[in-house]
Amino acid sequence: MSDLTWILISALLVNNFTLTLFLGLCPFFGVTGKVETAVRLGVANIAVMMITAVAVWFLNAFVLVEAPYLRIISFIVVIASLVQITEMAIKKISPALFRALGIYLPLITTNCAIFGLAIFQTNRGYGLLQGLAFALGAGLGLTLALALMASIRERLDLAEVPSLAKGFGISLIIASCLSLAFMGFAGLGAG
Amino acid sequence: MSEHPPATFDDFLRGVWRENPVVVQMLGLCPALAVTNSVANGLAMSMATTFVLLGSNLLVASLKRVIPHEVRITSYVLIIATFVTIADLLLEATVPSVHKQLGPFVALIVVNCMILGRAEAFASRNTVSRSLLDALGTAAGFTVVLVLLSAVRELLGAGSLLGVDILGPQFEPWVIMVLPPGGFLTLGIGMLLIGWQAERQQRRTAAARAMEAA
Repeated sequence: MSDLTWILISALLVNNFTLTLFLGLCPFFGVTGKVETAVRLGVANIAVMMITAVAVWFLNAFVLVEAPYLRIISFIVVIASLVQITEMAIKKISPALFRALGIYLPLITTNCAIFGLAIFQTNRGYGLLQGLAFALGAGLGLTLALALMASIRERLDLAEVPSLAKGFGISLIIASCLSLAFMGFAGLGAG
Repeated sequence: MSEHPPATFDDFLRGVWRENPVVVQMLGLCPALAVTNSVANGLAMSMATTFVLLGSNLLVASLKRVIPHEVRITSYVLIIATFVTIADLLLEATVPSVHKQLGPFVALIVVNCMILGRAEAFASRNTVSRSLLDALGTAAGFTVVLVLLSAVRELLGAGSLLGVDILGPQFEPWVIMVLPPGGFLTLGIGMLLIGWQAERQQRRTAAARAMEAA
């Protein structure tokens, strides 16, 4: 049990996907204008990550033993189709949620965080439960990073930023500070 | 514009500077920040990405009449994934130490939006030769940014370049530069410098125009 908790905390804080592994930077800089949309995208990501973790575990356990060189190709195909299926399922079950998520669902396909999750899970040889804990932690970590960035940027709209730092420059500096703060978790669990 | 404009040098140059994938289009940020903690890693990543970009642009441009429009993105992704697999296996077989350093980030080239972007925006509607030049230019632009970023980070973070000690033993390395925050910070300062340069140029042209009007 403590093993699972540790995997979750590690993915959430110590090795935060966005701020220390640079995964999922596109939504991090792209859709963090408002806290609400950022959190929504994060939650959609958590769902897709959990489903991906199960699928990747299945592929690793039963299919790729025979042909490990097909890993990258099969992962990307499975992730792309899973997102498509999730999208169709949500559309059928809850049209309201589908409208609320809007463009973000298909965007998740090209999100390196999902693919990174699949690769890390494989490299570390996680089992099904460990994979799920890892996916939950990574998803929560991404949501946390998105929400933090979005709330800072909401404040930034009211602040006076030097004209040459407007836009991407200031976002990168903020990301650097956030990442620095997350470095503080680095010693966690070392003892 | 004719249907098949000939390949020009501009196809190459555009990717290097005016439409630089990283600093202008903000694509491929993940590898640009993740592996630039040493020049050797940055170079290895650039080479692997160049290989995949050339291969995918070549195949997409040659198959553009065969691939049905509805499934084009899926087809492009499959083509890219194939080349990434080749690059991954090649690196693992020839330079295992570099492969170990880059770790999962070689496989992650597959989700580098820069490559899919070039396939969709350029190779799918241009001739093979122009697409190859475009791939070379984009890759060169990517390489320049990665090498610059990694040079700054390695020099300040470890006092060396390509593993060779430059700043001597009395230099206290800024360890933070080779850690993740240093990546964000270096690129951020780079963007500020580019913004400053652009603003200065704008002011200069505005001043020149005012002189003309007077």
